[in-house]
Formats: sequence, structure tokens, C-alpha cells
Amino acid sequence: MKARVHVTLKNGVLDPQGKAIGHSLNRLGFPEVGDVRQGKFIELELAETDKAKAKARLDEMCRKLLANTVIENYSIELVG
Amino acid sequence: MKAAVLVFPGSNREGDVAQAIELVTGRRPSMVWHGDGDFEKVDLIVVPGGFSYGDYLRCGAMAAQSPVMAEVKKRAAQGVPVLGICNGFQIVTEAGLLPGTLMRNSHLKFVCSDVHLKVETSQSLFTNRYQAGQVIKVPVAHAEGNYFADADTLKRLEDRGQIAFRYCTPSGVVEGAGNPNGSTNNIAGIFNETKTVLGLMPHPENAVEPMFGGTDGKGLFEGMVEALS
Repeated sequence: MKARVHVTLKNGVLDPQGKAIGHSLNRLGFPEVGDVRQGKFIELELAETDKAKAKARLDEMCRKLLANTVIENYSIELVG
Repeated sequence: MKAAVLVFPGSNREGDVAQAIELVTGRRPSMVWHGDGDFEKVDLIVVPGGFSYGDYLRCGAMAAQSPVMAEVKKRAAQGVPVLGICNGFQIVTEAGLLPGTLMRNSHLKFVCSDVHLKVETSQSLFTNRYQAGQVIKVPVAHAEGNYFADADTLKRLEDRGQIAFRYCTPSGVVEGAGNPNGSTNNIAGIFNETKTVLGLMPHPENAVEPMFGGTDGKGLFEGMVEALS
């Protein structure tokens, strides 16, 4: 089973990298771009067939390593 | 004082801090590899600066989960003092020994320069050689030194006197002008509740000899020796 994890900064946490990306896009002729938030996308291959079990394990992985819950939120998506 | 300095793949200030410790104690600390789940009994554990695990995922995130850090957490819980410098500060926050986290500098640039710090308290085993309110000059070298914690955590740190050092101007004013990275409340270093764990972004170990431009960092090591010998 494949899993996709998205890690994003929590609302209210300043994202200077996102801001810099937004400014660059504006300068490159994309004035329609407003707020930009940057995050991480992590794809994992799992040796697990039970979706509920996989999700519980992924949740633990996110809390232990993949995300820093002081500043980040995460979401888990199971594929196939 | 017997000290251990941890070494991760990508650490690069372990030699500097070992030398600073040897300078004040006359005793070379033992260097402990990240894969070692156990090491000899020591009076002080130092988590040095550098780029452990190439800063993969988040600065300090991988190192915080290494075998040696599991042992450090155990010993810190027993009251063994832990000093985390720069990447070491990032590692001990990721390991949960200190609250909050270090984010990318607000201006997005790597900052490498001397900074001024206001010593917030002399009441700790790390800062007893300084006066509260004293201004010291030490270097910083980092891209992720922007301290962040939620409002409740910050309030708790402030109320309990857990701020060790704040960035300030040369005259000791704590304001934006003296802040090299956008750190909340100009925080440069914090203690845990019992003040046995100190994490700081600046490098006191690089300000212990006049030929390096100053000796203001030496007091930190001398203070520890006094408290721990």
C-alpha cells in the first residue's frame, strides 16, 4: 500500500519561504498570486494491507518524526 | 568535570566545543558516536553544532531519534546537565528536552557574525559566572535560529525565568536591531524547568580565546566547571 503524507505549517506560523516564493512569482508576472504557504510531501511504501492499521501507524510516524507538531499539521492519504 | 560530546554524521563544531572544555578543565571530553546507545557516566553532555544528517526533514529531527539521544533523554530525566549549541539546540528541542522549535531565519539568509547577548539570569549552573543583565559578545552561524513557541509556552518560559539569553544591541537593548534571525522575544537560549538543560543558538565555544576575537563565551564553561566539579 502506498501512502502520501502532506506536512504544512500551522495557521499563524510565519512562513518566510512561502513569502519569498510569492514575491518571486509576483515579480515573474503572476500578480494574481497572493499568500503562499510551503510544505512537504512524503510518499511511503507500506507493507500493510489493513487501511485502518496503516493509518494508525502513519499517524504515529507523523507525530514521532515526519512532522513537528509545534509548528506543523499533517494529513495522511492512502493510495491503492 | 567529565564531559561527553556527541557526534552525529554532519556535526562540525564538536572539535571546537571539546577544545573549549579542555581549555577550562584540562581534560579532554569523550566523543560519543550517535549510534552508541550507552556511554560512560559523565557530569555534562554536550550536543554540538553542525548539520546533523544533512538537516534532512527538519534541522535536528533525525538526530533527535538516534540511539544516543534516547540515552541522553534518560539521563536528562535523572538530572544530568545537557548543553545544546546551535544544531544541538535544534536537536534537543526536537527530542522534547526543551519546548518550542527553531525555524528558518525570518530573512531567509544564513547568518554568520558576532552578536550581543543579554544574560537573563546568573542563577543556573551554566550562567553562574555572569551577572544578570550582563551583555556578552559571541558569534552565531545558522540559517534556522528563529525561535518559535506557541503563546502559552512562551508565557510559561517567561514567567518561570527559563529564558537564558536574549539577542540585544551592543548597549544591551533588547530590540529588533539586535535580533539576527527574527527569534520570538529575541530569544537566543532557553532552559528547561529545572535549568539543567540549556539550548542556545550562539557559539560560546568560539569565543574562548583572544585570538578568535573575544573571550565572552569562556564564562559559560568556567561556570559549568565550578558547578559540576
